[in-house]
Amino acid sequence: MGKLTEIRWHARGGQGAKTASLLLADAAFNTGNYVQGFPEYGPERMGAPITAYNRISSEKITIHSNIYEPDFVVVMDESLIDSINVTLGLKDEGAIIVNTERPWKEVREQFKDYGGSVFTINAREISESTLGKYFPNTPLLAAVVKVSKIMEVEEFIQTMEDSFKHKFASKPEVIMGNMNALKRSMEEVRGYED
Amino acid sequence: MAIRDRLSGNEAIAIAMKQINPDVLAAFPITPSTEIPQYVSQYVADGEVDTELILVESEHSAMSACIGSQAAGARTMTATSSCGLALMWETLYIASSIRLPITLALVNRALTGPININADHADSMGARDAGWIQIYSENNQEAYDNFIQAVRIGEDKEVQLPTMVCQDGFITSHAVENIELIEDEEVKAFVGEYIPVASLLNAKEPIAIGPYDSPHYYIEHKRQQAEGMNKAKEVILKVAEEFEKVTGRKYGLFEAYQLEDAEAAIVIINSTAGTAKAAIDKMRKEGKKVGLLKIRVFRPFPHEEICDALSHLKAIAVMDRSEGFSSIGGPLFAEVRSALYEAENRPMLINYIYGLGGRDVTTTHIEEVYNQLFSMINKNQTGQVYRYLGVRE
Repeated sequence: MGKLTEIRWHARGGQGAKTASLLLADAAFNTGNYVQGFPEYGPERMGAPITAYNRISSEKITIHSNIYEPDFVVVMDESLIDSINVTLGLKDEGAIIVNTERPWKEVREQFKDYGGSVFTINAREISESTLGKYFPNTPLLAAVVKVSKIMEVEEFIQTMEDSFKHKFASKPEVIMGNMNALKRSMEEVRGYED
Repeated sequence: MAIRDRLSGNEAIAIAMKQINPDVLAAFPITPSTEIPQYVSQYVADGEVDTELILVESEHSAMSACIGSQAAGARTMTATSSCGLALMWETLYIASSIRLPITLALVNRALTGPININADHADSMGARDAGWIQIYSENNQEAYDNFIQAVRIGEDKEVQLPTMVCQDGFITSHAVENIELIEDEEVKAFVGEYIPVASLLNAKEPIAIGPYDSPHYYIEHKRQQAEGMNKAKEVILKVAEEFEKVTGRKYGLFEAYQLEDAEAAIVIINSTAGTAKAAIDKMRKEGKKVGLLKIRVFRPFPHEEICDALSHLKAIAVMDRSEGFSSIGGPLFAEVRSALYEAENRPMLINYIYGLGGRDVTTTHIEEVYNQLFSMINKNQTGQVYRYLGVRE
């Protein structure tokens, strides 16, 4: 089997973790990979903790179970950290990416028991300044691609631009906002102290 | 040319329906199959199909509308899950006894109660005696391929029976994965035009459909219905052969994976077969002779072929994703055990009930099943026959 990358997303219902996992699957598919993107369905209600998953591989994927030992974890809503063990099973060679306004050092300290890397991204600030609203999906998607290296950055930017052009054909201003969000996110995702 | 795409299982079925362009789709929404008629209603609104969409007030009405429409001579489809299929209960028997080749996309979900929306096979297993052909799918690709083939199988003059194509709710219905689609024109050519043997709208040959059947004839009609099911096996293989010519993808009555030289095997249905394949690949690297038989066709049940494929094994675990409450095992276990009665040297056989109500099954669970089988082989003792996988007691 080729290299398999497994990603787990933590969010609250309504924040778009399922969409984020499907967008990542799309981007990885467009760059020639085998992909899986799927949510775990529990009692669905706005604000309830939800989980979504991605498997990305150069070879066909047959496993149909949830992911218990992910390579990467993305936390869309940091208020979940108190109630859910988001690093459960996360590999030490991997990383956790947290959407937060707090300084990197504080988040690293919070995950002092986790042996892998900790990254932070302020998806709210990026989203609000590039898109005018809070859509954490696009910045987090870029952050996970940058951190996980599951595809080349240029390749990712190109495939995202193509899909935004297709999706927002009638709203060109949204395309530029999203592209700016992606690019800023790739520059601003932090794995060290400023 | 094959089209490389990525779709969820529900999207794959909806695309198959679009390409087939049936005359009628009658449906009522129920999780997790709701997306299927939802996507098709979009195709209807966009003029991409000329399907007559009948939105009804219940699944009982959905199947009743399907029966009326197919009896009139129209190629008819529906989609449902769980309690939706249960509400179709009496009409399922009517569809099959009138020999109407309706095609149903079933997205397997547990039956209530307790209330649960996730995958298990209680719905389709509950309908196993309803006279419908049942074909199961490991992933989105198989759901798509099986659905296209199902139209041809059911409509075959030797068969004339309704078919349900099943896949696991959420696990495959809502998971986006890679898929190879067939060109629209090739699908249309493959399914061809529906020419019913008899229909209500054929004024030249008036017929009665669904009248009272007295004891003088009822059993003869049932015998003929059973004959249609018997003949389906051959037709399923014939259609699969033609499908392979178009797509290069091979289908049989079941799939044997690493089975030929295996000592221990599991028999399983739908998505967990894929998880088991990953477990098998790992264990094979460790030198363990493990294999798998994945059921594709459950009705008609290919008992002779399954007996031949399994009789060389030392130990087998039959995996049921539904409870039959027989107190000796699930419905698949009953079939496989019965099939193996004819074997000269019967393997040791156990049953696992697993994954009810969407309980996740990992490669570790599957490895544990194989380890149990090897322990049986080493002790030369079957032990407990009827077991639960990963349950908290």
